[in-house]
Amino acid sequence: MAVIGVSTTNDRHPANVIYNKNRHRYPVEVFAVNPRGGSRQGECVFTRISEIPTPVDLAVIAARAEYVEGIMADCIKNGVKAAVIVSGGFAESGRSDLQERLVQMAREADFPFIGPNCLGIYAPGQADTFFLAGERMVLPPTGHVALISQSGGILVDQMIKFTAEEVGLSIAISIGNKALIRELDLLEALAADPRTQVIVFYIEGFGRNEGRRFVEAVRRCPKPVVVIKAGKSRAGSRAVSSHTASMAGDYEVFSAVLAQFKVLEAKNETELLSFCQSLLCYPRNIEGRVGIVTGSGGHGAVAVDYCSDLGINVPNFSPDVQANIKTLLSTSIQNIAAIDNPIDLTGSAVDDDFVNVANLLSQAEDVDCLLFLMLPYLPGITSDVGARLGQVYQQLRKPMMAYVPLVEKYRMIIDGFEFNGIPVANSIEGAVQMVEALRRPPSC
Amino acid sequence: MLRKAIEEILVAHKGQGWIMEPESKRLLSLAELPVPRHFWAHTIAAARRYADEIGYPVVAKVVSPEIVHKSDSGGVAVGIADPEELEAVFHRLAALPGFAGVLVEEMVAGLELIIGAKIDYQFGPVILLGMGGTKAEIYQDVVLRMAPLDDLCIITMVKALRANRLLTGYRGEKPVNLAALSRLLLLFSGLVMEMAEYIESVDLNPVLCNSENCVVADARIMLRPPERGAA
Repeated sequence: MAVIGVSTTNDRHPANVIYNKNRHRYPVEVFAVNPRGGSRQGECVFTRISEIPTPVDLAVIAARAEYVEGIMADCIKNGVKAAVIVSGGFAESGRSDLQERLVQMAREADFPFIGPNCLGIYAPGQADTFFLAGERMVLPPTGHVALISQSGGILVDQMIKFTAEEVGLSIAISIGNKALIRELDLLEALAADPRTQVIVFYIEGFGRNEGRRFVEAVRRCPKPVVVIKAGKSRAGSRAVSSHTASMAGDYEVFSAVLAQFKVLEAKNETELLSFCQSLLCYPRNIEGRVGIVTGSGGHGAVAVDYCSDLGINVPNFSPDVQANIKTLLSTSIQNIAAIDNPIDLTGSAVDDDFVNVANLLSQAEDVDCLLFLMLPYLPGITSDVGARLGQVYQQLRKPMMAYVPLVEKYRMIIDGFEFNGIPVANSIEGAVQMVEALRRPPSC
Repeated sequence: MLRKAIEEILVAHKGQGWIMEPESKRLLSLAELPVPRHFWAHTIAAARRYADEIGYPVVAKVVSPEIVHKSDSGGVAVGIADPEELEAVFHRLAALPGFAGVLVEEMVAGLELIIGAKIDYQFGPVILLGMGGTKAEIYQDVVLRMAPLDDLCIITMVKALRANRLLTGYRGEKPVNLAALSRLLLLFSGLVMEMAEYIESVDLNPVLCNSENCVVADARIMLRPPERGAA
């Protein structure tokens, strides 16, 4: 990696931050470049790319906008394979001309670059072009969600949230002005990336007809795609001359077409995380007939309300299933448990009651997924219950989601679920959103 | 491939920015979309002759390049029972700005739907289906899909309407002919793809659907304004 723009006097310069973190924290051979040359911390600062003794895979350009064109020409001439242009001062501040020249040069030379006006790439354990000092960043674990964002700030913020929920990333890319490499290119690349299972885009807007090309590419993509959209309100008060134009606003069309092509639209950050957690466990679609099992009538009612808001079906169980459930329950709860959907096993339930019901419903046609709302503080519930339900899933493979309050005290229950491939939400709403994530209607 | 006769209508109206109802209906007919029987009358005598031919009651609508929203300007009269009433309506419509004749049309009963199209900046041609009529924007009961549509897509559109039960037969009403509605949407989707370069948006509103058929009772085609900077 060559970092261009490293200062010998100001160690807080973005280029210095990028150079330092890659040199000290990542398995990357990194070279500092500045036309003035010199040295810093005993390391040589090269005056140009051509002086670097080994071939360069990636140039990170953090120099002033007016120098970027010359630097890129130098990169191309010296066989650099790609660039991240961190520098601002292009289309976002009225210099579309400078940006256009970069795009033209890159197209002619078949030279891929990300940016300008971006943070670039965070690849866990591999490389990091974000100009944020290592000690300031919250780094998600290595995992299987790819996060692509037009806004660098939003991306870093999401990385904090993903870390808090322990959802790992395969890569995070801030595309800034997305002058050359855009969402569509990354969608195609990530569709083929073996480390990525779920692809997330934070999108402000597409260019002319670009949305059409994007959804057509999604149709060919075997992995679930999640989008979170900013800028939903109508831009200005354009005169609208037809009913159709008035009712089919930019966001209405965006949202409808994404759904048409089975792209999941997360309405907010909570949904985004729930969707990702669920899709990492269950990439395949289901119809979404959910069986709810809990130890509290209140939990069941709250979950049914959320399901109803989202149009998720909570069907009644057939008389056979209800009768069978009853025979499986501990004698102490047989006459007090509610055995229709949602099942309330009551505060006197023990682990076996949950496990037996899970076994039965995993084989019943009535529902195609199960939602467990756990109350770990109930006297008959042990810290084994997560793992025991997890084993039921491992045997019978009917998708399960769980709600467990997220506190250290209940960690073993959460781990028991998660180690067996069951996503755990820290709210009832989040658990219902996990069901919603799997319920993508057939595209048309 | 844009059919020649359709292209001619689009090109002829470029300067005006939109296509008035009689010409919009001629264009739709060329694309085989069903429209009610109608005639464009320039004189009272002609209007009476056409109404006799269609059979009363009839609808009369103003034709004017200055009136895009006819109902809002008092330019529509329905249920005209006899020649005397027709004559009175003709006189009233003739006083409206830009008067260029009266469209005399067969009365069709049915559920009022809107079928529309818009060339979206990000997604290109999109099709809208919703509860129609002059109050369409009050109901806001619409579904949108990127064009072109296929049969499966059309089924999901109809199902997604909140007022879906009005189409499938509510409280003893006969269901609307869904096959006719599908055919109409499919033909419309094809037409929109064909003329996407020329148009900005299209309202077919109302589309009248009953147990036998779906017909386009009114249509407005808004043309794409010339590119800025272009001549």
